[in-house]
Amino acid sequence: MKLTFGIVVFPGSNCDHDAQFVAETILGHKARLIWHKEGSLGDVDVVVLPGGFSYGDYLRCGALARFSPVMKDVVRFAASGGVVIGICNGFQVLTEAGLLPGVLLRNSSLKFVCDYVHVRVENPQTRFTGSCRPGQVLEIPIAHGEGNYFAEPDTVRKLEEDGRIVFRYCDASGTVSEEANPNGSIRSIAGIINERGNVLGMMPHPERASDPALGHTDGKKVFDSIVESFVPALV
Amino acid sequence: MFHSKIVVTLRKSILDPQGKAVQHGMHSLGYEAVKNVRMGKFVELQIDAVSMESAESITREVSEKLLANPVMEDVSFTVEEEGR
Repeated sequence: MKLTFGIVVFPGSNCDHDAQFVAETILGHKARLIWHKEGSLGDVDVVVLPGGFSYGDYLRCGALARFSPVMKDVVRFAASGGVVIGICNGFQVLTEAGLLPGVLLRNSSLKFVCDYVHVRVENPQTRFTGSCRPGQVLEIPIAHGEGNYFAEPDTVRKLEEDGRIVFRYCDASGTVSEEANPNGSIRSIAGIINERGNVLGMMPHPERASDPALGHTDGKKVFDSIVESFVPALV
Repeated sequence: MFHSKIVVTLRKSILDPQGKAVQHGMHSLGYEAVKNVRMGKFVELQIDAVSMESAESITREVSEKLLANPVMEDVSFTVEEEGR
């Protein structure tokens, strides 16, 4: 049985086809692009909110995408336990939609950063990291101007306690430091999950590091983990 | 017809790197007296409402639901009746 990845396309999404390529060509599963005006996601197993600049980042990143018709069904899908991954702009949309806590502020450097970074797997027991080792360092690119994760101290403490900080920026050896933090994120947070563990938001782009032809494949571990998390259901 | 003016600013507890950069620019121009700069957004609305109360409540609702994200921003507004 093959999984179906439903990739939501907002006006201004630009990583939608990359995600589709990874799902179909790299993973060998099925993918469908879902225009944001569709009222329903249809029959999908995984929802991807891709990177890009939905609505031109007008007002705030992700603020307007949140009101796209399809988002009602994304919220329903997430509430029913469906797997949702928001990448970069997708992460911003998830916070604006209230599916994940906190917000992505302007990078502390005020600069758009497009570079390979290292992230450390802080929790390998999620549906998105199950094929990673604890503390494994992944090299995955980022490309954003607003990736500076912020939340109230109480919220951050709760995320920490519950193991919901999934990825943290680090150096190649896995050490978390201010120097290795590309955007000023509080506690070097690069990715978090919701309470139930079925919704992930991350600023790095795993879909850009999944094809061996592009030189990096660490991002594929995120997609492999998602697929493996369905294995009991697939056999 | 009513006219709303809405100001959205980053919350005081949140570092405003854009404001800091602008402040540095002012210091380079010689305006050392400027001790703090906070950047924000200014939004104007024209509202067809039956009363001031209704215009105010519409302004408040769109401010809280859409124009400002309470995790990082504060919002304030004034509403005036046009042609008065």
